[in-house]
Amino acid sequence: MAAFGSFALLIALALAGYNLLAGTLALRLIATGQATRISPERLADTARRAGIASFAAVTAAAFALVWSVFTNDFSIAYILEHSNRALPAAYKFSALWSGQEGSLLLWAWLLAAYGFVLRLTHKTDVKLYAYAGTILAGIQAFFLAILCFAAPPFALFQGAIPDDGNGLNPLLQYPEMVIHPPMLYLGYVGFSVPFAFALGALMMRYPGEKWIKVTRVWTMVTWLFLTCGIFLGMHWAYAVLGWGGYWGWDPVENASFMPWLTGTAFLHSVMMQEKKGMMKSWNVWLIFSTFLLTLLGTLLTRAGLVSSVHAFAQSSIGTWFVVFMGVVLAVCIFTYILQRSHLQSEHHLESLVSRESSFLFNNLVLLTACFVILWGTLFPILSEYVEGSKVTVGAPFYNRVAIPIGLFLLFLTGVGPLLPWRAASLRAIRRNFVLPSIALWATVIVCLVAGVRPWKDGALDTGNFYALVAFALSAGVLTAILSEFLRGAGVIARQTGRNLIVGAWLLTRRNTRRYGGYIVHIGVVIIVIGLAGAAFNRSVESEMALHDKLVIGPYTLECAGFTQDANANYNSEFALLDVYKGGKRATELKRDGWLFHLIPLQMAPEKRIYLASGQPQTMVAIHSVLEWDLYVVYEGTNPDTGQPIIKAFLNPLVGWIWAGLVVLVFGTLLALVPALSPATAAVRVPARAPIEPALKGGIA
Amino acid sequence: MRSASRGFSFWMKGLQAAALAVAVCFSLGASDAGSRFNDLGHRLMCTCGCAQLLGECNHVGCPESGREREELKTAIAAGKSDKEILDWFAAKYGATMLAAPTTKGFDLVAWIAPFAVFGAALLGTVLLVRRWSVGKTQAMAGSDLASVDPAERARLEKIRRETDSGSDGGF
Repeated sequence: MAAFGSFALLIALALAGYNLLAGTLALRLIATGQATRISPERLADTARRAGIASFAAVTAAAFALVWSVFTNDFSIAYILEHSNRALPAAYKFSALWSGQEGSLLLWAWLLAAYGFVLRLTHKTDVKLYAYAGTILAGIQAFFLAILCFAAPPFALFQGAIPDDGNGLNPLLQYPEMVIHPPMLYLGYVGFSVPFAFALGALMMRYPGEKWIKVTRVWTMVTWLFLTCGIFLGMHWAYAVLGWGGYWGWDPVENASFMPWLTGTAFLHSVMMQEKKGMMKSWNVWLIFSTFLLTLLGTLLTRAGLVSSVHAFAQSSIGTWFVVFMGVVLAVCIFTYILQRSHLQSEHHLESLVSRESSFLFNNLVLLTACFVILWGTLFPILSEYVEGSKVTVGAPFYNRVAIPIGLFLLFLTGVGPLLPWRAASLRAIRRNFVLPSIALWATVIVCLVAGVRPWKDGALDTGNFYALVAFALSAGVLTAILSEFLRGAGVIARQTGRNLIVGAWLLTRRNTRRYGGYIVHIGVVIIVIGLAGAAFNRSVESEMALHDKLVIGPYTLECAGFTQDANANYNSEFALLDVYKGGKRATELKRDGWLFHLIPLQMAPEKRIYLASGQPQTMVAIHSVLEWDLYVVYEGTNPDTGQPIIKAFLNPLVGWIWAGLVVLVFGTLLALVPALSPATAAVRVPARAPIEPALKGGIA
Repeated sequence: MRSASRGFSFWMKGLQAAALAVAVCFSLGASDAGSRFNDLGHRLMCTCGCAQLLGECNHVGCPESGREREELKTAIAAGKSDKEILDWFAAKYGATMLAAPTTKGFDLVAWIAPFAVFGAALLGTVLLVRRWSVGKTQAMAGSDLASVDPAERARLEKIRRETDSGSDGGF
């Protein structure tokens, strides 16, 4: 199987190489109109077919690796390093991306899959798709070259083949790890497609804004995958790492967040191009930057440039990525300089207070946030270069710098949709902003009365202050969005004689982009409320003997016992903790078939020792309710007393983060649905004064 | 005119009441001496290489975090200031023990650059918007549209709105 996999990769590289070279030649011949013996259109079609065939070849290679994992073929070094016989079947799939070579193969396969879909739908616009397909082939050739020469996944183990493998990293043996990396990769890799379209459109001087419409679905789906990937990673960190948090500003987390920020900026600013023909150069560079940031993320993950907890897959292929990024940047700059006259925009704004301006400020804030994260991630390297010694740029830096920027963005999330296009009158501003302002200040007062104190010991408590601002802004933004919904729904309800709910539904269906976007904003607000809850986290740690009690917030944990378990994959020990709330036994809903029952709550935090690797792993017990998560970690046993150490956290509002994600996903999917066309009927009326000259004069 | 003045007065009173409520509640801040350990633990890194904050390092058998936490507790009990404690840890374990750059020397650049970039970008955006707005005003003044009578302009605007399909919000 190793020989088959390696051969499949070589074939795939050859096909991608042909796609790139033949495609480039054909497009060059078409552009120059040069007469040749072979028709350039036919040559371009052979290139496209080679691209399709390369997908089959990469699929064969990926299949060979998965097959080797399932058949425990430890003659392949990668399988020996990342799997073992007792590994459960679902996690055998995870072995595909648990190491350097496998994850690059997954990247190449996803890229080939995106390319396959793109090439099959080429009839949408044959020439534009030919450009995009050729550019994608170039990216694919790079990844396949790495797989064939620098990080071969089918390299054979040298020496006597052991009977069993080293096993999968325990951190990856968690259900979400089966979907988090592929989801993240779908996002990372997916941005190659809008990048290819943008570069292709610029190279061919594509007329009009149609390329944006063509790539809109690609961009949104990719953005959605990246969003889900990031949040799944957060949930995994929360449920597995056992430190009570979900985001540690680790360089690899930052690396996934940066393209998300520029991608989000792109999704907003393309509307300016669609609607007003503005910001053409800006949009092209936004998507170029997004793609380059996905490469930078991979470079950071792989090359070990900065220290990270994500040490699953580091190696020395960083040089390959640096060179490739240099080539991509050079191609982008060269193409832009050559074709920049094509991107000249008509920049007209009628007012500083308008929807157009809000998009500009939105982009400003998103890009600044991206810069802050990039700056913080790379500053240790810069400091080492300048000063000769490294510094750490951790959570305190980002919390101080990035949170204010995030709050400003939240403010714009509420303000932007309330502003009309072109210019906002004072009356419109007053009408749109009164309710949100009332909601904002009412929330400030309620929070202060409820005990959220932004000052402590006479000094500003930044955590509480930011939380207070976040809650207040969230209330304002939610009110703004909901009042927009209600206003529109009321009009529809009056027009159709239906109730407000049906009115809201029809309103949304008539403009799915706009109202889907609003729902996304609601999701963002819910997420921010959840994040703000972190300011009020509490924790307590204690050794617990049988029947000992641990009190945190309204909860009392009573130790009901300790036990051990073992299976072929790991040994585990865990505590059984009865949970009381307000003196009574707390309960939880338990599903039994189609029925739900309330049962007494017992939490069982666990510690596992994986047999193949000998590595420990925590399995956190979480009881999640609307107001907070009770989060309990089994930290191990005290070597002196032999008693288990239990750490309990009370993390307010964490569930809101995951709920917000669900709303965000729903909104994005809704925005992807084509809008319902209003029923129209042609009515003949006598012509009035000719409007054509006037249209030419200034409106059209 | 009189009703507008009454409305303004109403809003001013409302704002004053809100500001007073905020001031009263701010003054109720409570002190929590026990939070210093937690606060300082989140401004220091564990030095075992796990890349976690000292206050959050939780991996089994960590050779460093237990001892470092004890040192932190001892320093707090000795009545040292936050700065003295952080300096002591930096001197003993190196600058990488601090979870964020200091505000001295080259480290200061780390703090200044984000705000400088944000300020410059903000200024640039405002200037850009103003420039584009001026361009538009001049263009409008010179266009034929200025000579179109208001009724006709309203009718053209209606046509523009009705034919202007596509995105007008969301994404």
